[in-house]
Formats: sequence, structure tokens, C-alpha cells
Amino acid sequence: MSIDLSQFYQVFFEESFEGLDIMESELLSLSPGEVDSETINTIFRAAHSIKGGGGTFGFNVVTEFTHGVETLLDQIRDGQRELTQYHIDLLLQSVDCLRDLLTALQDEQEVDEANTQDVQQKIEAVLNDEEPGTATAPANEAAPSAPPEIEPDKKETNEEELGYGFFDESYEQDEDAPQGEVRTTKFWEISFIPEPHLFKTGNEPLFIFRELADLAELSVTADTSKLLPLKEHVIDDCMLSWKLTLTGDVTEEQINEVFEWVEDDAEIKLELIAEFEDEDTEVNEEDKPVEAAAAQKSESTLTPSPTTEADAPKTVQTAQAKTSDVPSSPPAKATPAKASSGGKAKKPKESKSSESTSIRVGIDKVDSLINIVGELVITQAMLSQVGEGEFDEHKQLTLQEGLAQLAHNTRDLQESVMRIRMLPISFVFSRFPRVVRDTANKLGKKVELKLIGEQTELDKTVMEKISDPMVHLVRNSLDHGLETPEERAAVGKGETGTVILNAFHQGGNIVIEIKDDGKGLNTEKIKSKAIENGLISQSDDLTDDEIHLLIFQPGFSTADQVSDISGRGVGMDVVRRNIESLNGSIEVMSEANKGSTFTIRLPLTLAILDGQLVKVSTNTYIIPLISIIESLQVDLSQVNKVGGGLEVLRLRDEYIPIIKLYKLFHHDGAVEKLEDGLLVIVEADNEKVGLLVDDLLGQQQVVIKSLEANYGKVPGISGATILGDGRVSLIVDIAGLIQLARLKKPGHQGLDFERPVDEAV
Amino acid sequence: MSDTIETINNQINDTDINADDNVQQYLTFMMEEEEYGVDILSVQEIRGWEEVTVIPNAPAFVKGVINLRGTIVPLIDLRARFSLATKPYTALTVVVVIKVEFELDNKIMGIVVDAVSDVYSIDDASISQAPSSGDNANHRYIKGLVNVEGQMVSLLNLTKLLNLEIS
Repeated sequence: MSIDLSQFYQVFFEESFEGLDIMESELLSLSPGEVDSETINTIFRAAHSIKGGGGTFGFNVVTEFTHGVETLLDQIRDGQRELTQYHIDLLLQSVDCLRDLLTALQDEQEVDEANTQDVQQKIEAVLNDEEPGTATAPANEAAPSAPPEIEPDKKETNEEELGYGFFDESYEQDEDAPQGEVRTTKFWEISFIPEPHLFKTGNEPLFIFRELADLAELSVTADTSKLLPLKEHVIDDCMLSWKLTLTGDVTEEQINEVFEWVEDDAEIKLELIAEFEDEDTEVNEEDKPVEAAAAQKSESTLTPSPTTEADAPKTVQTAQAKTSDVPSSPPAKATPAKASSGGKAKKPKESKSSESTSIRVGIDKVDSLINIVGELVITQAMLSQVGEGEFDEHKQLTLQEGLAQLAHNTRDLQESVMRIRMLPISFVFSRFPRVVRDTANKLGKKVELKLIGEQTELDKTVMEKISDPMVHLVRNSLDHGLETPEERAAVGKGETGTVILNAFHQGGNIVIEIKDDGKGLNTEKIKSKAIENGLISQSDDLTDDEIHLLIFQPGFSTADQVSDISGRGVGMDVVRRNIESLNGSIEVMSEANKGSTFTIRLPLTLAILDGQLVKVSTNTYIIPLISIIESLQVDLSQVNKVGGGLEVLRLRDEYIPIIKLYKLFHHDGAVEKLEDGLLVIVEADNEKVGLLVDDLLGQQQVVIKSLEANYGKVPGISGATILGDGRVSLIVDIAGLIQLARLKKPGHQGLDFERPVDEAV
Repeated sequence: MSDTIETINNQINDTDINADDNVQQYLTFMMEEEEYGVDILSVQEIRGWEEVTVIPNAPAFVKGVINLRGTIVPLIDLRARFSLATKPYTALTVVVVIKVEFELDNKIMGIVVDAVSDVYSIDDASISQAPSSGDNANHRYIKGLVNVEGQMVSLLNLTKLLNLEIS
């Protein structure tokens, strides 16, 4: 009986990534010296289930790696090891490492072994009390030719055995195994006293015993003393307990691994009764006495029988510490061997499932959906009753009522379905504590991050696309915005800067603010840079806000030095483009020495938008309601012609260029005179334009359909939708439209973003 | 007219039954007294002409888009594509909805033709290369020529014909 485990891979990956997120956020809340057991436990649990899952699915690399992490966590949890900043950093590194590892496994890509091993060795070093700068040096002196990780590697060998014991993939490991490896026969006595509810957890002792029997020679004695008389016996309860003896070359970890799934539901005691070296093992002459000593000592060291698996490495390590000099050659060989087997493990015959994404939905959302569908069924029943028999006046009323109800149900249903795609923005926000921490450390700045409105919901697709631009903005705030502690002190601010991420709903949009209390944008510098780059001319008299907008220009950077965090001159324009591709917009507000605020406005969802239907000749177009400021009839006295035939409307101190849709789209038979049609004032990227249309038709929510799927990208059009009568209507893309019209605004407002640099004055 | 469409639609559905390795079925249609054929396996359905939504600034042979059960499908006028004189659409004007396989993805498009003609089984071996003559730019859209009952049929290369980016 074999089950194809690959069908569960996707779930494992998802859960593991979730676990990693939890680990990361909890780790960030830890501070050196203070051990909050609740937090550590949460981290430990997450690590533990990743390890367990990794084991179950045969991702030994994951299991192996997590094991060290888990051990370290366990030692911290038990207070055996004081939590230092180094530990937190290291654990965070491990999280990154695991994430890479899992991503690579998921995509069936090569695992970055060098990095994995590097981190793994660092952890081993810590476990062996060889933290950098402390114990490492003496260890090196003792064995100059050996790498400092001798002992951890020795332990790794054990882990390999335990890892591969489960999955047959590489017993060939043994062929590569160092010659000096000592095979020992150990006599283990295991007492296994399950809780009565063991069977209910889906565990079956028989399988555990079989597993053990595969490891070594096993004898089992059942203790039936607690069994109740047959009449009182509850068949689901496990009243048996067992005494097992295991004889063979088995490590404590291997045994613990077998019991891993039941360790919470049973009392498991493990005792090493005796240990002998195998006669046929090749042992270096010089090792022999050492190992023998170890064997002798081990009884006294190990017999106090650690009960949890996590204690094991420590005990083993103590034993090794006493034997002190383990030959250096075995580890050196063991490491590459492990690497190659790690490489093997990452190519399971996995179905290419990484592309399908899924959503975890709160049960309340599904419940509400079920409720609505229930109501829909009732409405349907009601309407079908109307259809029966003769039709009379009374029925007409019922019909109308039913149809109104149907309309109501449909709208509810639509909203609920859309809500399923909505996730709280905390999914994006949660990565920022880490980003801020790492960046601040790198820059030597003190930063406090505040997250507000984490429960604000946003469409999943939008969310995925917004996180990168946000990371960029936050890093920018840290790098350009916030000052160093000294600088802050000098201007009378607290040493710690603040970055606030705030998300909230406003109208049909979600607004995300990234606010810092740093020095603000340097208006003068931006201006001189812009003049240097030819974006504006010396004579342009720009307001501060207009100058600030310049940072969104391609190739614009005010950083004095290019750092690895920001300042390469790629970025803000990309940020803006990404946000615009989501039909969103970004603004910046900045005040010298008070800080800057970047405001991102996004539609809540990509699939539906509120649209204004407009008529141009025989065509119906949809203008996103979000972009519309107002619609008006033109008063010709307010219209001026500017050079090149461009008509400009003066509207309350603003000059708004007019785009004639029929001209731009080449439609015949449309209203051509301004005074005969209507002007829809729309805004995109802080630019306002007036669109001349024949008429306004009405407003409705439209479902966005792709025009690109079967046709292609059309300039000025963002997509299509199907109207009530089944006809297709195109949705106007305001930003694209402006680009299409290649507008040039008159006067000092002439920030023509599309104008090539060489054309500029 | 609708009868013809139904008959052919039925034939399209039946094609799988008598599929042979070398023999493929082609749906043919008429344009300017000439008969053109497309691989029937790529034909999804045949529809009558209906009003389209015009795409602004599209090439002349792109008539616009229609709603095909929720999917936005562009219609290509084959006459315009072949630079033939345009002809007013009539009750016989037919839209052949075709699924085209491109390198990156599949697209569904409709081609507007004068009238559908027939379904032929054609052996690969009987297809001959279309002679390339200097003044015929449409040559690249033709996969090959074949003689059916004394009538010449041009088989279309749909991938080239409907790749709007190259044109």
C-alpha cells in the first residue's frame, strides 16, 4: 500500500511557509536575554511541524536543517542557553534559509547548498558552544588542521542516519561514510506508556514497533495490567503499555524520530543499557582508545535518560566533549557526501503544482456564501411558483417582489464571492518588521515600525503585486528619509525614527500610507538634479509638490551615494508604474525635517469596477468612476486654444486640456463640437484632463474581462466588459489615454512626463 | 442559412470519429469565388455575423470584438486580411471561430468569411506547396494547395494568418 504523497506537497509547502512567517514575526518580537516562553513555544511548534512535514514527505534536507534549529530553540526554551542577539539573528537567517530551501523544493530548483550549510554549521557551532569569537579559537588551536565544525559534523552524521532511516533514498550514504566511523551495538530499553486517547490521534503502536524493528532487533513486552474487565472496556481507549528492547546500531535520535508523532500522547522513556563496539568496524588506531573511553563513559553520561528528543544532541555533545579529539577526516568527508544526498532529495517526482495558488478563506466567509445561496434557492422556488398556472395581477406583484429579491441576492452573492478573494493586508504588512529590522541594522539607524489597519482587506491579486513596491518605499524611507541617531539628536528629535504603515478604506479605494518622521525630501536637491537631467528648465517655477513628483521620473535619484539599499536610480518610476498597472496611484507629501508620506491608492479589487458608461458615436465606453472628478457642459467662454490646436478649459483656476475621444479613437458620427457634448473631467497621475463624449449613459458595476487574452493590448483601453444586453464595451484607461494624446500642458504646469529628455529645454 | 451552420457544426463535432493519422479534415469556405480550407480540429464553432464592438485604432482587418459566452473574441475580416475588396455583410456571412495555438498561449479568434462551403477529408500527401509568386503577399498565409474534385482549395496557415503582431 503506497500513497502518492506528492498530492499533499502543495499543502505542506503552504503550511510550512505560513509556519516560517510565524517564526519570523515571533523571532522579531524577541529581545535578547528575555525569554518569553509563549513566544519561544510558538516558534518551536512552527519549526517542529515543518520538520515533521519535511520528514513525512521525504524532504530530508528540510528535516535535517530544521533539526538543528529546533534543538537550539529547545535549549533556549528550557533555559539551558541564554538567548542572545546572535541567536536571534541566526534563527532569522535559518528562516530565510528554510524559505529558500522550500521554494527551491517547490519549484524543483537547485538548492543553494552553500548557504544552507553555512547557516547549518553556524547553528551546530552554537549548539557546541562555539559561538563566534568565543569558543572557536581554542578549538582551532587544538586541532589546527581541522575545520572548527568537527564536532557538529560528527553529530550531523547521526542526523543523516536518522533522516535517511525513514526514506530509503540514500543508504548509499554509508559507502561514502568515513572509514573512521565507529559502529556500535547498543542495547536500548524503551518504556512506552501511551495516554488512553492514543488511538483517537490516529496512531497505531504496531506501526511504531514495525518501524523500530526495521532499525534493529526488537523485542516487545506488553503490560496488560491496566486493562479493564471486558465489560467496562472502552474499545477506543488504549490501556496497554509496552516495554521494548532494541539491540543494534541505533542512535537515540533514530528512536526518538520513530516516536515523534506520539511523543505528546504518551510517556516515552529511553534508556541506554549497554553499548559495545562492533568488532568488524574499521577504526583508526588512534581513535580506538578514545572511542572506548567514550563507550565506557557513555553509560554514566547517558543513563540519566533524557526523555525528550531535543535533549539528545546536548547529551551526545557532552559525551563528545569528553572524548575531545575526534579525527578530523571524517567530517571533511561527511560534508560533501551530505551535500550530494541533499541534492538528490530535492528532485522528487513532484507534479508541477507550484503555479497554482490557493487562498485560505475564513469559514465565516464561506458560511455567508452558503447563506446567500440558500436564500437564492428560496427566491428561485418562489419565482418558479409564479410561473405555474394562470397569470393574474396578484402574481405580477409576487413576480416583481421575487425579481427584486433576486437582484438583491445576486448582488450579495457577488459581493460575498469577491470577499473570498479579499485578505487582510497584514499578509503584506507582516513582512515589514523584518525588512525594517535588517535595513535599519545595515544603515545603523534606529527605527520603530508602527503598523496600523492591518485588518483592512484587499484583493489577493492586488496584494501580491503591491508588496514589492511597498518594500521599495519602506526601504527608501529608511535610507533617504530617516536620519542617523546622531543627526536626529542634532536637530532635537528622538534618536529613534518612526515609520508608520497605515492602511484604510476610502471610498471604493484602499489607501496605504508609508509615513516617516525623517528629514523629508530635499526640494532644492531634487530640483537641481532635475535641471541637470533636463527634466525641467531653470526658469520653470514649480511648487514644492510638483518638485516632489519628480522623484517618480525614470532614472532619478538624489542619493549622494549608491548604496545596496537604494539610490541606483531605478525604483520610484518602477514603483509608480507597478501601482498604475493596478489602476492605482501614488502621491508624495513631504515637509522638511518633519518627514514624508507616500500615499498609495488602489482599487479594492481588480475584477470589478464601478464605471460610468459614456457614448461616443455608436460606441459605449466605460470610464472608471474612481478617476472621474466631475462631468459638465462646456461654457465656451472658458475654453482657450493653445498653440497646436489644443483646447484648454479653465475650470476654477485650473487649466484642463481637452481630449476629444472621437478624434483619439477615430470614430465617425460623434458629437464634434464641445458645446454639444459633455466633458468628463478625469484625473490620472495628478494630471487632469477633460474627455469629450456625446453623452453620459449611466453608472454600473462592471466585471473586467481581458482584451489581451485573445487580442492584445490596446493603447488607451484597459480591458473590456459585457453589458446587460450581451454587447462588449471597452473600459477606458485614463493614464494610457493621456499618453496616447501625448499632451503638453501649457505654461509652468508643463511637466510633460512623456517628453523625451533630449527634447527638453 | 442557420440550417447550413447547424449541419456543419454537427460535422465538426463528428470529426473525431473518423480521424486518421495522415488524413485530416478541413472546413472550407468561399471568398471571392475561391475556396479556402482550415484544419477542422482548430474550428470551435460557426456563427452568423453579429454586431461587433469596434476597437479604437485597430488595423482595418480587425472588425472588432464580440462576446462569446463571456469571453472577448476579436473578429478578423479575411477579405481585408487578404487585401481583397470588401463586401457588405449579408445573411450568409459567417464567422468561423477558431482556436489558434501560438507559442505562448492559445487564442480564440473569429474569421469573417463570405460563406462556408464544405468539409473535406484530405490526405497530407496530396497537399502541394503553394507557388510563391512575387506579387502575392498573401502567400505566407497559405499552408498548401490541394485539389478536391477538380476544384483548387488553399489551405490556410492559421498561426501566421492570425498572428496580429507580425502584420
